Amino acid sequence: MPYLDYAASAPLRAEALQAMLPFLERPAGNAASQHGPGRAARAAVETAREQVADLVGAAPGEVVFTSGGTEADNLAVKGAVLHRAGPAARHLVCSAVEHHAVLDAAAWADADAGARVALAPVDAVGRVDLGGLAGLLEPGRTALVAVMAANNEVGTGQPVAAAAELAHAAGALLLCDAVQAAGLPGVDMGRHGIDLLALASHKLGGPTGVGALVVRSGAALRPLLHGGGQERGLRSGTLPVAAIAGFGAAAGATIAEREAGGAADLAALRDRLLAALRTVEPGLVVNGRPTGGAASAPPDPPGAPAIPGLPGLLSVRFPGRLAEDLLLLLDRLEVACSAGSACASGAVAPSHVLLAMGRSPAAARETVRFSLGHASTTADVDAAVAAVRQALQVLAPSEAVG
Amino acid sequence: MSRPQVLVAMSGGVDSSVAAALAVQAGWDVTGVHLKLADTPAHLQVQGKGCCTLADADDARRVADSLGIPFYVWDMVEQFQQAVVDDFAAGYAGGRTPNPCARCNERVKVVGLLARARALGFDALATGHYARVAGGRLYRAADRAKDQSYVLYMLGPAELDHLRLPLGSLTKPQVRATAARLGLRTAAKPESFDVCFIPDGDTAGWLERRFGRRPGQVVDAAGRVLGGHQGAYRYTVGQRRGLGIATPTPRYVLRVEPAAGRVVVGERAELATAAVELDRATATDGRGLRPGPAKVRLRAHGAEVACQVVPLDDPAQVRLDLEEPVDAVAPGQAGVLYDGDLVLGGGTVAATIPAA
Repeated sequence: MPYLDYAASAPLRAEALQAMLPFLERPAGNAASQHGPGRAARAAVETAREQVADLVGAAPGEVVFTSGGTEADNLAVKGAVLHRAGPAARHLVCSAVEHHAVLDAAAWADADAGARVALAPVDAVGRVDLGGLAGLLEPGRTALVAVMAANNEVGTGQPVAAAAELAHAAGALLLCDAVQAAGLPGVDMGRHGIDLLALASHKLGGPTGVGALVVRSGAALRPLLHGGGQERGLRSGTLPVAAIAGFGAAAGATIAEREAGGAADLAALRDRLLAALRTVEPGLVVNGRPTGGAASAPPDPPGAPAIPGLPGLLSVRFPGRLAEDLLLLLDRLEVACSAGSACASGAVAPSHVLLAMGRSPAAARETVRFSLGHASTTADVDAAVAAVRQALQVLAPSEAVG
Repeated sequence: MSRPQVLVAMSGGVDSSVAAALAVQAGWDVTGVHLKLADTPAHLQVQGKGCCTLADADDARRVADSLGIPFYVWDMVEQFQQAVVDDFAAGYAGGRTPNPCARCNERVKVVGLLARARALGFDALATGHYARVAGGRLYRAADRAKDQSYVLYMLGPAELDHLRLPLGSLTKPQVRATAARLGLRTAAKPESFDVCFIPDGDTAGWLERRFGRRPGQVVDAAGRVLGGHQGAYRYTVGQRRGLGIATPTPRYVLRVEPAAGRVVVGERAELATAAVELDRATATDGRGLRPGPAKVRLRAHGAEVACQVVPLDDPAQVRLDLEEPVDAVAPGQAGVLYDGDLVLGGGTVAATIPAA
């Protein structure tokens, strides 16, 4: 079954599975225990910590393992807010296209921790408006600025380094949600002045249920989970050794791919998809500015984003076709992709990212996201295009339900 | 021959769960869809009451899982709000007593969904309604107590040719037994309420929250003021309770005049209706309602009354001369015509002609 939904979750890499198996098959040691199995577990965790640190240019001691990207974002947002003494200094600025894990954690801080939240606008391709962001900062009061590395829905890379400079000048920490962008060339803590960086294992081809917040040494946070004091006291709880080992192996494999030029290969595959989709639907509209070639979007303004767009991502609008309908037909043809994000009931909700980019709710409902990754093939892309062709033949244009 | 591709509307209740199961047993290629009709935040939802709660979506999904069929949730909040909820409120505000289920079937659940199913290449839509379709015609359900043909009268051949109603020949106890035998988790779920978007059943309170108080007068047919009220929309024809007036014999609402803010009351005998006019009249055979004798039902579970169908100048309107008077017919309700079990069609009661 052609799987073009890597941005939702990537298939487990063989390396990750191999790294996990020993800790699932044998009596598991607690990484905090002093005996042999404990030491073996601890060794696996520390190896993974080094691999994850390598992925983003951090020191191993800066990696705090969490249950995933959502917890990492929550720890960053809430931990930074709670570290500030009083409501006056609990001001947050988030780009309007952040993941809900950031936006909803900020909304919690606003509602329940006396914080104030400002959303920085984005342009038509979803890139944060640095002038707008600068105008929202309150020096001495802003605790945290959140600008993701690259957007998970449209693939646009963000000017993280410039945002970090602005944040630091205002005395704030810079949170970079790199859940979707980890592994891209250039996603690097030091190079971009990132204080807090969120990662999720399963987007890299590791297991679900594990992620990390990379905390630059010196960045002060309050923990959210209290207990055994693991992870430098920032995240208590027995470490899931097998999952962490898988995460580390996936990070290692991602680094190897990056060094072999995998991003260019992925962009070429994505461009093949786009070119073929255009022949099927000439009216196709590309959202955002994923990187690497044919995607027809306006060029970068001066001071281009230091972080490139996502090479494997393609967000396109099929004018006159409900994405929900297209997805159902593609699913029936055994092609997996996605549209917006699902609400609690499972219905597709119009994407806040597309709305922030100035798209109408109707246009947002016509948008489908295809995302490729480590195991994607030309055959997957060609099969997906054939399925889209078939689905569009079924659907009459502009046939809305009244 | 390839299997018919059938979309099944799954509310999360026992009826549509069994409809889906029977569709699978029939060998059809079945896909389940749950319609999200309300945006009520989860923490405000009354557990197990009304429809469209998260629990209902979960139930529908788990039934689909157990049947091994694909399942989707479609957001039809806007269509439902506009076509059904707003229409319901506007009906009461206009002094009518609307039937939201008929409206929902017409605009969202059956006709709207069927159009979408057809656009997606499905051969048919199946629902858990109690009614039968045979030879492109609509008939009452075998289970007279559960019969829902009354709220499906507006369907025409274009719909009926593509509608499957797997429960039409079953009784409710048989449906529950089937659900239990198949181990469906919805087997023992309670019945849903009449108006799904008013889960506490307090229509007057719901309308008051929407419209605020609109005080006015309760008068008799001669215009004498008998008392006051807090909103004409709270009253429906035939209502006796809540009039707030003291009279020697019971008084009933004869009609509601929202523009004047008046509720007109009278003796029970004055409720007798000799004839009704239907508008938006349609025939299930698509050829128009024919003049002549028929049986009419003027309430969801009301009795059937013999009548004569009389055409009016406007082809979308008919008059029904009732052979015996019917009490308390409310404008806005559906009038549905039958010939035995066959549903001939129907329309919305636009006007009533008193017997006296």
